Amino acid sequence: MSLLSIQDLSLSIHGQSILDCVSMDIGPGEICGVIGESGSGKSLTALSVMQLLPEGATCSGSIALSDIEILQADEQTLCNIRGRAVGMVFQEPMTALNPVQTIGQQVAETIRIHQRVSRSDAMVQAAKTLRKCELPLERFPLSRYPHELSGGQRQRVVIAMAIALQPKLLIADEPTTALDVTTQAEILRLLQRLVAEDGMGLMLITHDLAVVTDIADHIIIMNNGKVVERGQAKALYSNMNHPYTKSLFKASTHQPERLGQVEDTVLLSVQNVVRDYPMARKSLIKKPAPFRALNDVSFNIYKGECLGLVGESGCGKSTLTRAIMGLDDIQGGVISLNGKDVFADETAREKMQVVFQDPYGSFNPRHKVGRLVSEPFFRLGRSATNDEIVESLVSVGLEAEDRNKYIHEFSGGQRQRIAIARALIIKPELIILDEAVSALDVSIRAQILDLLAKLSTERGLTYLFITHDLTVVKAISDRVLVMRDGRIIEHGDTKTVFHSPHHDYTKKLIASAPQIQPVEGINI
Amino acid sequence: MLPYLIKRLGSLIVSLFVASLVIFACIEIVPGDPASFMLGVNAQPDTVNALREELGLNTSHTQRYVSWISGLLKGDLGTSYTYRSPVSDIVADRLQVSVPLALYALTLTILIAFPVGVLAAAWRGSAVDLFVMGATQLGIAVPNFWFAILMVIVFAINLGWFSAGGFPGWDAGILAVIKALTLPAVALALPQASILARVMRSSLLDTLSEDYIRSARAKGLSRRQVMWRHALRNAMIPVLTIIGLQFSFLLAGAIIIENVFFLPGLGRLVFQAITQRDLIVVESVVMLLVFAVVLVNFLVDLAYAWVDPRLRERS
Repeated sequence: MSLLSIQDLSLSIHGQSILDCVSMDIGPGEICGVIGESGSGKSLTALSVMQLLPEGATCSGSIALSDIEILQADEQTLCNIRGRAVGMVFQEPMTALNPVQTIGQQVAETIRIHQRVSRSDAMVQAAKTLRKCELPLERFPLSRYPHELSGGQRQRVVIAMAIALQPKLLIADEPTTALDVTTQAEILRLLQRLVAEDGMGLMLITHDLAVVTDIADHIIIMNNGKVVERGQAKALYSNMNHPYTKSLFKASTHQPERLGQVEDTVLLSVQNVVRDYPMARKSLIKKPAPFRALNDVSFNIYKGECLGLVGESGCGKSTLTRAIMGLDDIQGGVISLNGKDVFADETAREKMQVVFQDPYGSFNPRHKVGRLVSEPFFRLGRSATNDEIVESLVSVGLEAEDRNKYIHEFSGGQRQRIAIARALIIKPELIILDEAVSALDVSIRAQILDLLAKLSTERGLTYLFITHDLTVVKAISDRVLVMRDGRIIEHGDTKTVFHSPHHDYTKKLIASAPQIQPVEGINI
Repeated sequence: MLPYLIKRLGSLIVSLFVASLVIFACIEIVPGDPASFMLGVNAQPDTVNALREELGLNTSHTQRYVSWISGLLKGDLGTSYTYRSPVSDIVADRLQVSVPLALYALTLTILIAFPVGVLAAAWRGSAVDLFVMGATQLGIAVPNFWFAILMVIVFAINLGWFSAGGFPGWDAGILAVIKALTLPAVALALPQASILARVMRSSLLDTLSEDYIRSARAKGLSRRQVMWRHALRNAMIPVLTIIGLQFSFLLAGAIIIENVFFLPGLGRLVFQAITQRDLIVVESVVMLLVFAVVLVNFLVDLAYAWVDPRLRERS
């Protein structure tokens, strides 16, 4: 007898079909991985179970939770089910908690709305649940506010909120996507343990194949609102039938081909760079000690090379980007491009460009693409010619006509191509890619990595590839630097670092990164 | 919390100091000298000299500033030239009208705006919401003095429920005061309530689309529970900002309504003092208003910290 049984679930929003005959079963103590790219309908499947759908959504088919038919239930019944029989964990731990309530209050609330217990009893129970989620009372008192916790800790609070009443089913929608690899590994272990201890069913939704390979019992692959493939996890990996599944697997282990030559000349030299941020003044008399975001950072990038820089959030990656671009002053050291100091000689900056992570936020929505792409020319005192705009757009796989469109007409992947076109247009030698592929789906990411490889082969471009994603670095970079707390703690050949890391932190990082285990006799 | 408080208090004192310098400088740079400015072009030289003596204009700037400030601190605001009585007495009289009127109007504003804003946000896109949006648009657009005159005709002249104008004084009893202040307070409150209701609605709508609202719904809270337990408090920051601005405005900006209802309030006092070139009154009343505004802002800052724990540390 399955715990959750979804049969032929179809969903449309304002008449537009989103889900098409989705079926799945989850039994007690079972982990079901639901995999798909953005827009595949995986999150809306989860929200259908909770009936927390956006306005204008209509469902048909059947969602049975034990013996209750969710689609027929009234709002009162649904409120009783939510939180008690089904718990849900969302993607974004930074915003999933109410900022003005303490963590104790928020966990206790789940208990108090479903059970007649006193405030203090609910708090005692909340403390127990938080302890179960590895937030012991001694270190994390119930009076803490969400902003006093890190992302991983907040996600534990969200999980505690969801499991406080030991629901039969837990739905986790991309629970680790926003977290660092080491934290991701911890949260996945926690979820796995809770399933084992409480016999919950877990629906684990993710875009990342590697996340579920180790822990899921069975896997469902979704594309365009349909289930395209399903099966036992191990069996599915060794025998994929649907072309989409195969392409998804290929894309996530994609290795772009780069043929460029690495020269001996140093292009970018970063020597003993120090960057301090002033801290908020806490006392009137004493000046606060600055926060050292970059501590004695030194490295070189050679012409034609792709250098990967990995580290977790807050390690100083983005500060380094800003320093190299000459956007922020540094408090010590020298940064030079082609031997020219980037702070002393403004012309040095003309030979480098940057591509940022967010393809949605990094363009002015009121300008046409043609003008957006020609922006790097503005500080040279001229505008790009039509030919230059067309050439840069075509070189990244877009069409000449696209210059007359606005940015909202493009998908995330296309926007990232436009960002690369913008970087290419003044023919730079160095491009800094700051988490440039992190927000993209695997298939799109593979395309962009191919494009970058092609451009570097054709034009001899040099890349500084900054990311938290080890798979990407492994796929594209020649050498790799590992950064932690503002210091470079390890550097070397990509292969050497990945195969025989020296520093404990690097070892931990590599061990935490989920990987798709090659199964013998794999048939892709 | 304490560092936040000290910091806010510090900025309050600095604001007041800077404001006093600016006000003093403005009065000092009046063309010619203040005495001849106050008396007009036809004044006799010896009258001007007498006034100069009275104002202490023969002493240095610094001396005058220091004596003005020390007077202020002791509650001595000087003597009005036109009224020939201590400014502090005149202002105290006016405050008896202006402060209750502003508080009354603000209370009405909040009492109207909160339920209306919550209702509109809870039923977004419904007929209720459309009605609220239309009515508040009208409330902002219609000049409040016109509305005041209308109310006088209906409620004072035809129905006789409230007085048409004037202020009987607190000695006449609380009922008489309420009768005199209700219509002006309503007239003042309507546009303010319209603004505040709209701010409340849009702030609530922003909050309701936050991730933590979805988390709360996933715990099993109903829409109504989510509104009361999670959305309302988070939506308060912009609302508090507007309330602070509104109180400052109501205190001194009620001049037109004071004129419509013949209320001896602060707004009219400033207006008259300016037309009569009574710089002593202007100087002191403006300083007093600055003090009120800065104090209200300080209270709003405290309210922020009470509402949002993140602000307690981020001072």
